[in-house]
Amino acid sequence: MSHHASDSYYVPHGTRWPIIGSLGLITMMSSAAFWVNNSEVAPWTFLAGVLILIVMLFGWFGEVIRESESGLYNAQVDQSFRMGMMWFIFSEVMFFAVFFGALFYARMFAVPWLGGEGTGALTNDLLWQGYSATWPTAGPAELGGEFQTIPAFGVPFINTLILLSSGLTVTLAHHALKMDNRPRLIFWLLATVFLGFFFVYLQISEYKEAYQHLGLTLGSGIYGSTFFMLTGFHGMHVTLGAIMLTVIAVRSMRGHFKPENHFGFEAVAWYWHFVDVVWLGLFIFVYVY
Amino acid sequence: MSNENTHKHAHAHDHHDDKPTGFLNRWLFTTNHKDIGTLYLILALVMFFVGGAMAMIIRAELFMPGLQLVEPDFFNQMTTMHALIMVFGAVMPAWVGFANWMIPMMIGAPDMALPRLNNWSFWILPFAFTMLASTLFMDSGGPAAGWTLYPPLSLQGGQSFAFVVFSIHMMGISSIMGAINVIATILNMRAPGMGLLRMPLFVWTWLITAFLLIAVMPVLAGAVTMLLTDHFFATSFFNAAGGGDPVMFQHIFWFFGHPEVYILILPAFGVVSEIIPTFARKPLFGYSAMVYATASIAFLSFIVWAHHMFTVGMPLTGELFFMYATMLIAIPTGVKVFNWVSTMWKGSMTFETPMLFAIGFVVLFTIGGLSGLMLAIASVDLQYHDTYFVVAHFHYVLVPGSVFALMAGTYYWLPKWTGHMYSEKWGKIHFWLSAISVNILFFPQHYLGLAGMPRRIPDYSTQFADFNMISSIGGFIFGASQLIFLGVIIHCVYKSRVKAPGRVWEGAKGLEWTLSSPPPYHSFNTPPVIDSTTVAHAEGTH
Repeated sequence: MSHHASDSYYVPHGTRWPIIGSLGLITMMSSAAFWVNNSEVAPWTFLAGVLILIVMLFGWFGEVIRESESGLYNAQVDQSFRMGMMWFIFSEVMFFAVFFGALFYARMFAVPWLGGEGTGALTNDLLWQGYSATWPTAGPAELGGEFQTIPAFGVPFINTLILLSSGLTVTLAHHALKMDNRPRLIFWLLATVFLGFFFVYLQISEYKEAYQHLGLTLGSGIYGSTFFMLTGFHGMHVTLGAIMLTVIAVRSMRGHFKPENHFGFEAVAWYWHFVDVVWLGLFIFVYVY
Repeated sequence: MSNENTHKHAHAHDHHDDKPTGFLNRWLFTTNHKDIGTLYLILALVMFFVGGAMAMIIRAELFMPGLQLVEPDFFNQMTTMHALIMVFGAVMPAWVGFANWMIPMMIGAPDMALPRLNNWSFWILPFAFTMLASTLFMDSGGPAAGWTLYPPLSLQGGQSFAFVVFSIHMMGISSIMGAINVIATILNMRAPGMGLLRMPLFVWTWLITAFLLIAVMPVLAGAVTMLLTDHFFATSFFNAAGGGDPVMFQHIFWFFGHPEVYILILPAFGVVSEIIPTFARKPLFGYSAMVYATASIAFLSFIVWAHHMFTVGMPLTGELFFMYATMLIAIPTGVKVFNWVSTMWKGSMTFETPMLFAIGFVVLFTIGGLSGLMLAIASVDLQYHDTYFVVAHFHYVLVPGSVFALMAGTYYWLPKWTGHMYSEKWGKIHFWLSAISVNILFFPQHYLGLAGMPRRIPDYSTQFADFNMISSIGGFIFGASQLIFLGVIIHCVYKSRVKAPGRVWEGAKGLEWTLSSPPPYHSFNTPPVIDSTTVAHAEGTH
């Protein structure tokens, strides 16, 4: 808050990274648009955009890390970073909320109405005669054909245990950092990274199973849509989080972070807890019920 | 972070006191809140004229019944692009520009909390809008399904569809980063003594606007992502055959869309709340009531979305809930209008251009608010829905609402930004031409709508001819009047020789007026002293 202000403020100098980021972003985004319109070069320009963005992220964060490690920032800058990360995570929460909202809407309203509930009686009678609402469903037209779902208490349950344990290991790493115990910090961080990537590996193998043996695809009606979009966006976030954890682990090996001052670590830990919590919602509402 | 103050101090003096030299350093690599604010304002002004040109095409086509100038599909592209460009390209960036310029000065900060992020927030936008505008030149033409992008119509958009979706993603990224920056700035960068309930109203309204932005821009991103996957990757979110529901899109879109319209108007409330006390020479009436009213409006904006969908088919309880919840908004909004009027009551008023626009705002925005109340009544909305009555309503709240407030704010702070006075004579001419023509433009549209003329249609029954012609004439005058605005700004920036004092308006209170005009490159390098003489509307000073 305002009492953090000291006698002088810190204002960073100019930077080239944002405009490079914008060039990367527009390259990636416009390529994606060309790609879905069947352009043949677009996948390559898309990749170029992604690479520019990666270079930008390393360059930008690298600059911030160097400034931070050389002690340029004061408590107020630290607080601004914290607020930035917290509100960024809030925006991510809202992004997932949309897809959860779509899931709940489909299950509570759209599918029952198609099955003739409430004011949907005529719709059912005239358009989808004989369709009775069930969940899971690929809709009255059974888009994508018949499919089976992935049982909750198989790999998904193991994945739940993995993510919950990774929340614990990252907390142990945080304690080690606060105790200034560098080897333990690195050990628990690497354990977290391992669990994160193991989760991603299991998730990919599950997707393979779904596509190859269960007939469950993105095109399997509303169930396939909500299932793959929710778990897919979550999986992308876990992947991103695991990469961030890797970066933090490398920085820890290089001697970055101090027991009383390690915002970069905390930001990644918050992010990791966030993907953890989203998974709990997924496990309950997508897999169990 | 613990580090020696001396180091930091030395650093600050090494690099930061002077403007960077060279065009690229100054504008492309900048981390300065004023330069970035200027960039936002320039972008918004350009987009205002681009979107305005589209409006002129629309009004020219509607000047007479029958198809006159453009193909129906192009007409639909114009209505869609006009809306997207005005909402995302003109009004939103203009408010972010104001936030950038004014918030650090108003709370006693040197700059925004995250200056580099600030640069990126801006520099995404020119690319996003170039991509959006480029769709007009594609074989399929631009998006033509309306800015609300309702499926299944929007999914038939051809080549341009994916470009629209990705440009909306980019605008969303920019808005979210900008909003994060505003919140971090307001909560973390206030000078000691600038308590939350001592902040200027403009800062308060932007704090709440930023919260709305972070909460709903990801919702829009999710909605258009589902459209994209429905179109290209065989998902069934909005396809009943697969168990989805096109109406679900409308629910998601308007869960974003209703807070979005308050994103466009809340900063306007803030600006008007700064201007009226200055020219009434009285403290703002009911400062804390204004703050709480703003917060109430923001809260209510999350639970009224389906009033945009009364005719789509909804359970009766839903219709009733959304009708009553919508009507509740009239209470905090009424508090605001009452407080603005009470601030003027028995004030020693003068009517410089900013004040004229602010009073124009209060009167004309209220007309838009009242037609909004009419639309909120579910049973009669069945008649108004998707007619020109709706068009008249939201243009009253957006044009003599948001846009008038933007103009009021521009005239109010332009001398502060540039160090020169604008031409009061031409400002007043701009106001009177705008205020009269905007009513000629939009008031007849109420009658058109009540008589049943549908929106987004290039042709109409001859019974609507007279009012449409009047409306178009108003539109052409309004459009031409804005060239005066452009002229006044260019004159003020480049030609005006009348120097502006630090306190440009003698009745103005608040920290920004304690700085010189133009203010130093980094507004406050050390925290200013906050007392009753520098606080804009302190508790206990009225």
